[in-house]
Amino acid sequence: MTDIPLSNKRPRFFLAANPSVLVFLALLGLFTLGVTLLSEGAGTGALSTSFVKTLGKTLCLCLVAIAMDLVWGYCGILSLGHFAFFGIGGYAIGMWLMYARTELIVMESLTSATLPPTSQEVSDAIASQIFGVVGASELPSIWVFAHSLPLQLLAVIIVPGLLALVFGWLAFRSRVTGVYLSILTQAMTLALSLYLFQNDSGLRGNNGLSGLQNLPGLDDMPQSIISVWFFWASALALALGYLLANWVISGKFGNVIRGIRDDEARVRFLGYSVEGYKLFIFTLTAVIAGIAGALYYPQAGIINPAEIAPIASIYLAVWVAIGGRGRLYGAVIGAAFVSLVSSWFTGGQAPDVNLGFYTIKWVDWWTVLLGLSFVLVTLFAPKGIGGLFDLLFHRHLIDRHGADLGPDQGSKREEETGQ
Amino acid sequence: MTTLLEVSGVSKTFDGFKAINNLSFQIGERELRAVIGPNGAGKTTFMDIVTGKTRPDEGRIVYGDKGASLLKMSESRIAQAGIGRKFQRPTVFEDQTVFDNLMMALKNKRGPIAALLYRLDQRDREKVAALAESIGLRASLPRPAGELSHGQKQWLEIGMLLAQEPKLLLVDEPAAGMTPAEREHTTDLLKEAAKTRAVVVVEHDMEFVRRLDCKVTVLHEGSVLAEGSLDHVTKNQDVIDVYLGR
Ligand SMILES: Nc1ncnc2c1ncn2[C@@H]1O[C@H](COP(=O)(O)OP(=O)(O)OP(=O)(O)O)[C@@H](O)[C@H]1O
Ligand SMILES: [Mg+2]
Repeated sequence: MTDIPLSNKRPRFFLAANPSVLVFLALLGLFTLGVTLLSEGAGTGALSTSFVKTLGKTLCLCLVAIAMDLVWGYCGILSLGHFAFFGIGGYAIGMWLMYARTELIVMESLTSATLPPTSQEVSDAIASQIFGVVGASELPSIWVFAHSLPLQLLAVIIVPGLLALVFGWLAFRSRVTGVYLSILTQAMTLALSLYLFQNDSGLRGNNGLSGLQNLPGLDDMPQSIISVWFFWASALALALGYLLANWVISGKFGNVIRGIRDDEARVRFLGYSVEGYKLFIFTLTAVIAGIAGALYYPQAGIINPAEIAPIASIYLAVWVAIGGRGRLYGAVIGAAFVSLVSSWFTGGQAPDVNLGFYTIKWVDWWTVLLGLSFVLVTLFAPKGIGGLFDLLFHRHLIDRHGADLGPDQGSKREEETGQ
Repeated sequence: MTTLLEVSGVSKTFDGFKAINNLSFQIGERELRAVIGPNGAGKTTFMDIVTGKTRPDEGRIVYGDKGASLLKMSESRIAQAGIGRKFQRPTVFEDQTVFDNLMMALKNKRGPIAALLYRLDQRDREKVAALAESIGLRASLPRPAGELSHGQKQWLEIGMLLAQEPKLLLVDEPAAGMTPAEREHTTDLLKEAAKTRAVVVVEHDMEFVRRLDCKVTVLHEGSVLAEGSLDHVTKNQDVIDVYLGR
């Protein structure tokens, strides 16, 4: 072998040094163009508006899968709580969408009165509109910024980021790792969703926030067009997220977090503060998850506490595992593939299988199938779908006679390597 | 000679077993020291304590000209303060290339933001090349460290240690798994390193220790049994009884 790192200077520009990123962006661009041309709102109409929304939502799921891959596949932290951050992002944007639209409706009905309404009257009317379902008539204090789009957008970033920062600081500082950390993140997720289920949580309990697909002031704009907008926004966010994640892992930072994944004690003795790096990546990925959620839920139209249920975060880990962890495109493929197949099965489109004595209804059996695939992938194809690319490019394993690449629980397994 | 590290009265008990017992140890700024002793004497535990991996039950550890106490510092802080360590089993980042292993070890800012913004410049590239040359891994730079042989991993870890440019090097059984020629090379490297810094070497192989040609500390049951030149300690009756005689 030649001494590549010394003779071949890395190209100056990030993209030139990472051609696979260009390939990904080009494919995403083509996909976006194709969907646009086939959409009802901007093209031939071959794709229904609801399907465009499904695709847009899928792109958001790919984005949160990238976050998961950064934190788990690259840093070895098996967080089972990133869907909580995703949900918080959704709630943050949902609050503005719901408030602003209700405000418009209230204003309209109040202008018919002889006297112009006072701001107190407006606020009360909005509150009873939104919170009538949970028997409250006052706006809870967490809604103080709901009137302002910029502030709620800020909340999309700050609330997940801050929660991750505080949670991560407490957990990493006391050196909680491996299974215990995973359990802790599940507990956080469970606590959050149980809290949101309460009617006095200030977020409408189990009703959640609804009508999010209607953009305030754009009542005349058909959903077919809005869906294309959101699809574009999701594609753009995914592209930027992919670029950012690639930049993060391609430099020395990436070397350090992969070191932490495989052997964190060794990283400490090199003088790196492992806790600082973990906190950084945990918080960054929480923010990415929040942004993905903020784009997802306006396309879904509704968000409720069930979305934050612990199982959602576990699914996230399953997607990344099936796609192949430790490679960003693997996470994207895993999330897209599993979530699309899942919506096909659970949407009732998959034909039932009649075995004579029993009929397999996929709506019920899909989770079993998914669980089984997960087990099979973990056992027999640890590189996941992404491993197919290694076959394609003839990358072979590092032969380690069955040993992992490091002593830590999150470390890469021999079967996951390739060069 | 000014003292770089002073360990005094340190003890550590594991589940009732005294692994380190009132241990005192000193080393100067430019000194090579060999530490020998039977299995379980506490040699590795001593290094664990100095590097912050294990917290002692009692005692003081003072380091550097400012006399900072290492007891309250985290592992990474201690490493940043200039104490580098090589483990008994070679531990390198197996999933990453030899180049990346060395590059990560290079003395540079250690924070997350600094690592994000780090740009590999010509100076660092050359440093890595020179280090790789000195540890005989120049041609293996692009290979994943997991592919190296046991001996080569030992080398790589020594290279990473030197890359950190530490003031104090703690080296635990560096020659295990090496050929005689490689051992000789290792002694040369360590002696060379000790010209500009303090080096503590734990080793069982007496030939290796003899070639280091330095002061020797004999550990037994967690404390110092004898100290002095190799000839001096090998004549010591206690040392013969517990270590050499067996
Ligand atoms: N974390 C631990 N928990 C319990 N006992 C320990 C621990 N670390 C070390 N010991 C015990 O302390 C004693 C000293 O161990 P240490 O590894 O320091 O010996 P050593 O001198 O390095 O031996 P060797 O030459 O075999 O490497 C041993 O009896 C060991 O079993
Ligand atoms: Mg030992």
